[in-house]
Amino acid sequence: MHKIWIIIQREYSTRVKNKRFLLVTFLMPLLIIGLIFGSAYLSTTGTENRKIAVVDPNGYIKTSLKNTRQITFEFPENIDTNNYSKKGYTDILILPKFENNAKTDYILRSKKSMGLMLQNSISEKINSALEDQMLQDAGIKQNVLDSIHKASQFAELKAYEDKGSASKESNAGLAMGIGYASGFLIYITLFIYGTMVMRGVMEEKTNRIAEVIISSVKPFELMLGKIIGIGAVGLTQFALWIILITSLTSVGMSMLPVDIQHQVTTLQQSNGQMGAAGMAQASESAMRIYNMQHTIATANWPLILSCFVFYFLGGYLFYSALFAAVGSVVNEDPQDAQSLMFPITMPIIFSYLITNMVTQNPNTPLAFWASIIPFSSPMVMMARVAYGVPSAVSYWELALSMVLLIGGFLFTTWLSGKIYRTGILMYGKKVNWKTMIKWAFTKQF
Amino acid sequence: MDPLLSLQQLKKYYATQKAVDDISFDIQAGSIFGLLGPNGAGKTTLLRMITGIFYPDEGQIILDGKAFDPINDIQKIGYMPEERGMYKKMKIGEQALYLAQLKGLSKSEATEKIKYWFRKLEMETWWNKKVEDLSKGMSQKLQFVVTVLHEPKLIILDEPFSGLDPLNANLIKDEIYGLAKKGATIIFSTHRMEQVEEICDHIVLVNLGKKILDGTVANIKQQFKENIFSIETQEADSISNNPAFSVVRKEGKKVFVKINDGFSSNDVLQQVIAQNNSIISYNELLPSLNDIFIKLVEDTHATARAFQNI
Repeated sequence: MHKIWIIIQREYSTRVKNKRFLLVTFLMPLLIIGLIFGSAYLSTTGTENRKIAVVDPNGYIKTSLKNTRQITFEFPENIDTNNYSKKGYTDILILPKFENNAKTDYILRSKKSMGLMLQNSISEKINSALEDQMLQDAGIKQNVLDSIHKASQFAELKAYEDKGSASKESNAGLAMGIGYASGFLIYITLFIYGTMVMRGVMEEKTNRIAEVIISSVKPFELMLGKIIGIGAVGLTQFALWIILITSLTSVGMSMLPVDIQHQVTTLQQSNGQMGAAGMAQASESAMRIYNMQHTIATANWPLILSCFVFYFLGGYLFYSALFAAVGSVVNEDPQDAQSLMFPITMPIIFSYLITNMVTQNPNTPLAFWASIIPFSSPMVMMARVAYGVPSAVSYWELALSMVLLIGGFLFTTWLSGKIYRTGILMYGKKVNWKTMIKWAFTKQF
Repeated sequence: MDPLLSLQQLKKYYATQKAVDDISFDIQAGSIFGLLGPNGAGKTTLLRMITGIFYPDEGQIILDGKAFDPINDIQKIGYMPEERGMYKKMKIGEQALYLAQLKGLSKSEATEKIKYWFRKLEMETWWNKKVEDLSKGMSQKLQFVVTVLHEPKLIILDEPFSGLDPLNANLIKDEIYGLAKKGATIIFSTHRMEQVEEICDHIVLVNLGKKILDGTVANIKQQFKENIFSIETQEADSISNNPAFSVVRKEGKKVFVKINDGFSSNDVLQQVIAQNNSIISYNELLPSLNDIFIKLVEDTHATARAFQNI
């Protein structure tokens, strides 16, 4: 056991001291934050402006169709499909005469095709303008309609979970985000650290140091030491990321203007229920920050984090042992590694695809089975756990999944140990999975 | 004296061939032992069993009077495989330290010993270099150091001189003699027969998984001698076949003769003296190990063995 510890130390320290590790660790959070802000920036500025000529023989919507930042509606005279672009409009919208509330079509013609989002938003606007017009026709006065519109903005859906007597605010959007993010992280890290194990084994084999070391320690100890050492590198990286992200956020918070910070604190103390005067005082940005913090706080972070660590480690141990087995049978040719890796990478990619579905629907039979079977449970169960335990995943399901994953990685480690022991000293022979399985189940050496 | 290592009827069968098929021999403590054999004869498998990497299918290994226990006895063995290996990106000092710790030395003990050996073999400036910066011969020296660092009782060297220039080869050779003198037993596996003749006390030749020769170098040479003598005289032409000997070949003033059955070397000499031919030198010509090796291994199709099924 003492020797495994020496191997773990070497595997860990050579990688953590590596410049590339430090670079990835510190650049990754910056990259992620940059991507988030970058895409947010692009989505606000990168769109096109449309000037739409509307032909409205009913005169229904002239008053109620509102312009937005991107879309300008105008109601010119003497416009038709032949001359709209000459007159400086990008599109022309032609409404039919509405009669007897029969369902009819309205037509949009453009020189440049229009994106789905923009089409939907125009369609929504026209329908709500028509709805307003109909309500007015039915005798509702304009000022009543306005006050109804205003009032409906105040109501907001708040979902609660009932847990015995207590109920807890739940947030499906947040759960989906957490489930997706943790599934994705596990997916990426399985690949990164799995192939790191494989390359480490290949290095030892092609450098021929394996035989030197195996004359001092057992092959299984060498393999296990490598897997544990690299797993520890992975955990270190996660820990550093969490520290970096939380400290970056708190630095960001402290750089906010003092009055906004003060308002956020007041909101926190009053649990978001400020008096009308206070509400008016709190600026929009303070409200937004408070809401974000409040939403994030609804998740059960200790549970999610500990599940994440468990499923990352479990999935990593499950797959990295298989990666080690592949590394041990590859000769000099990296192409062999590619084809031998295929049966390992397929289930990882499938699990990721299942995870994408499960983040939206955590309780389908597919979600259940995929979160129980060790091949896919690390990613899929994380997507389900984000929706809450025991509300989305019952305790026995979680326990069963964990026990099976532990059993699973013990099995793959045992299996790979057998393959590794033979493969690491075998040179010049091209090996496929069939021979590897044969090695695992027959007595060798 | 009890042998340090004793192999008793070792067998190791692979799915397609008998790699080691019933081999037994003893190695005396403090001796330098040569394990010879053509490629694929089973030497590496044999060495891997002695180093505890493989378990024998049958038979016993006795190390230091006790049955070999791969887990604990590994400290008593230093093994330098034929295919040398090091972590290319790791610093040399750290690497030596790592391998020494895996052999069970404490960190301080290992550091001290590495420094001793590095000083001795003029490698002190290497500590912070990486293996990828070393030449083949230099990494060979490093490999030798990590093999003997933990003062093993049994040192196994597989082709230790390949890639070394004559200067470094002599340096290592002297260290090997030094270690043997201090009581270490050395197993030396090679194809280079002239090195074996020079260094080894005792040899075993294996072929096709079986032992075909076992003994001291001198005894084996005697065993395979063909009674050929070289006679150097002033008038080589005058020597011709006669009842006591027949001429094998002539090279300038030297004549090589084979003594016929029933005659001794003195009979040959008398014949030459009787011709009044003045003798410059008279030697028995013993076969080289190389000749013996080729004679024994040739015609067994040993080299084709790897592709054969049993």
